[in-house]
Amino acid sequence: MPELFHRKLERSAIGFVLAIIAAASVGGIVEIAPLFTIDETVEEAPDMRVYTPLELAGRNIYVREGCYACHSQMIRTLRDEVERYGPYSRAVESQYDRPMLWGSKRTGPDLARVGGKYSDFWHVAHLINPRDVVPESNMPAYAFLARTELRTNDLGEHLAAQQALGVPYTDEMVANAARDAYGQAFPDSEAASGVSERYGEATSVSAFDGVATRLTEMDALVAYLQVLGRLTDAAFRDTAATEQAPDAED
Amino acid sequence: MIGRLTSTERQYAAVVLSLLVVAGIAMAALGRNDALGVHGVLVILFAGGLLYAVLSAFFEPEPREDREASYYDDPIKAGIVLSMAWAVFGMFMGVWVAAQLAWPSLAFDAAWSTFGRLRPTHTSGVIFGFGGNALIATSFHVVQRTSRARLAGQFSPWFVLFGFNLFCVLAVSGYLLGVTQSKEYAEAEWYADLWLVIVWITYLVLFLRTIARRREPHIYVANWYFMAFIVVVAILHIVNNLAVPISWGHAKSYTIWPGVQDAMVQWWYGHNAVAFFLTAGFLGMLYYYLPVRAQRPIFSYRLSILSFWGITFFYMWAGSHHLHYTALPHWVQTLGMTFSVMLLVPSWASAGNALLTLNGAWHRVRDDATLRFMMAAAVFYGLSTFEGSFMAIRPVNALSHYTDWTVGHVHAGALGWVALITFGSLYTLVPALWKRERMYSARLVEVHFWLAIAGTLIYVFAMWNSGIIQGLMWRTYTEDGALAYSFVDSLVAMYPYYIARAFGGLLFLIGALICSYNIWMTVRSVPLAERRDSDVPAAVAVPGE
Repeated sequence: MPELFHRKLERSAIGFVLAIIAAASVGGIVEIAPLFTIDETVEEAPDMRVYTPLELAGRNIYVREGCYACHSQMIRTLRDEVERYGPYSRAVESQYDRPMLWGSKRTGPDLARVGGKYSDFWHVAHLINPRDVVPESNMPAYAFLARTELRTNDLGEHLAAQQALGVPYTDEMVANAARDAYGQAFPDSEAASGVSERYGEATSVSAFDGVATRLTEMDALVAYLQVLGRLTDAAFRDTAATEQAPDAED
Repeated sequence: MIGRLTSTERQYAAVVLSLLVVAGIAMAALGRNDALGVHGVLVILFAGGLLYAVLSAFFEPEPREDREASYYDDPIKAGIVLSMAWAVFGMFMGVWVAAQLAWPSLAFDAAWSTFGRLRPTHTSGVIFGFGGNALIATSFHVVQRTSRARLAGQFSPWFVLFGFNLFCVLAVSGYLLGVTQSKEYAEAEWYADLWLVIVWITYLVLFLRTIARRREPHIYVANWYFMAFIVVVAILHIVNNLAVPISWGHAKSYTIWPGVQDAMVQWWYGHNAVAFFLTAGFLGMLYYYLPVRAQRPIFSYRLSILSFWGITFFYMWAGSHHLHYTALPHWVQTLGMTFSVMLLVPSWASAGNALLTLNGAWHRVRDDATLRFMMAAAVFYGLSTFEGSFMAIRPVNALSHYTDWTVGHVHAGALGWVALITFGSLYTLVPALWKRERMYSARLVEVHFWLAIAGTLIYVFAMWNSGIIQGLMWRTYTEDGALAYSFVDSLVAMYPYYIARAFGGLLFLIGALICSYNIWMTVRSVPLAERRDSDVPAAVAVPGE
């Protein structure tokens, strides 16, 4: 009987295509739609701040260079991961991340909590030539970032697009995007104070690449790396016990 | 080839290409301060070059052939050539990036040649360039033969083929320029994605219209898979790539999906790109070329039905197994794992159906390397789907995730299944299409077979070793309860395997080069004198007959 039914279905291309669409749609609808409606999916984090324009520019460099191909930003709920990298990642920590950069492969270590772990100087030296700092490393050298001026004239458009998607950037942040990018990398400039005003006192204002005369892509990327895991302290509160790796020995 | 288009079709082509040139000019103007401008110039060159070809043959005499008396094979031939060109490019990039992991100085201190930018040129080059062109070409071939009807139209097949290749060129050149969404296997930016939607819908319409012309009462099983491939890839592509460009003059866009939802959508897409691009489409190939080459009918019609609907339904649930132990809610992870395990049933039904079809033709498998390619592909398909279901189990995934084991698993499927079934199909298709008795050299097919098998095995064994070692080192504790190894310790342990992997990939690349040479020499050889009269569409039914 089912075979006869299928023989019938095989006689109509449109019917067949509709059956494919019906069969293939269920899984996605069941798994994706509730993620927007179930409140527990993303935790509350009132202290969560948005990326500054400089950090966002740095994040876009991270995206552009495909860093996600070798570095994850997702600490799993496993004991060894938490001991190696810090508290496991929460959904809220990437709530403003478009795209998310959880990654799928660790040729290098996880970076979800790398912010503040090393100095700016270490990051600059490491990015210029990783093997100067970690002789065994197989990471590419990113010396060109220090040679490349950061494009800032479109940062307002970047923030506006994020704002349109629901990221809580204020109009003032959008209007001052380029200025704030400068300010964050030039601590002695007038623009610097605006950054802490708009993004909070805890925001790191620093000559990230060590050169206070030029705003480079190195400044932006280091600013981004230094804020990873530090947008909220949600992961350090109400931490449930981690899972033991199945065959790990104590 | 343009001489075989009617003057109306030539006009269509000229108009569409002119529009594309205009679009390219607009992109170049709006994006003059951005990588978008470079892509505008690229579109102008691509469409302009084709426009020049169309216009130079524009006033050639109208074709006089009776179209319904033959199949339309020109776009298939072009698709095969493009597929092999992309294979060589994509596999070369693969060997290069593999070598960079062992010898990082191979990036030469330039921006475009770093691992992060080259890696998607490899994945897009082989998946979309090699695989996609092979799928378009073989689907055009299979749908005509199994429907005993000619392709519906002469312009749209070319539009689909060249349009798809324009997408591939934009994607791959974009990565080198730093244009990427950093969504795995969906890296191309918004304008390339929009273009692909147009191309893909044309593909679907062309395919369905051709099936509607069929002179067979039933749609053959290979075409079910091609339909699933086309329809579901369209759904996946559109949903995953919904994005807001920051302006019309920028290549950069932001996806509408944030954080955890983006992760779910991305891996719903990512895993089903494997399912419907790299599995369903290639099963379409298998269900036609394997029985043709073995000269035996498919073992079981019922198994075909079971495996087809099983794959179409179950796969779409499985993506969340890429997100075990992450911030994705636990219930979604559990669903993903459950369906991944259940997927083994339809997967093995397909693999088993293919191998049982060979029962009674094992002597051919022994003597004919082409058929052996397809047999090995079915075996690797069975093995890698088993491995996939296994790795989707949470505790196993705790060890395998983030390591080279995943990379090895993907390549067991991509090299062992996808590439081998493609080579087997091409070795069957090329002589038939160019009306040659056989491939130029059976011995080179044999050499290619063993290079491909050796390359795949070396690759997969290297990655199994490195992945499992890496995963175990990360979770090893000393007696006082401290982590025993630093991350760098685990990296140092990887180097020998990275070298072995690059070597395995190199063998596979050499095989692809030999295949290209063999196809080229076959095309250049003298065609058979007499026409194969069996290889024509069924005559149009006379009313009342």
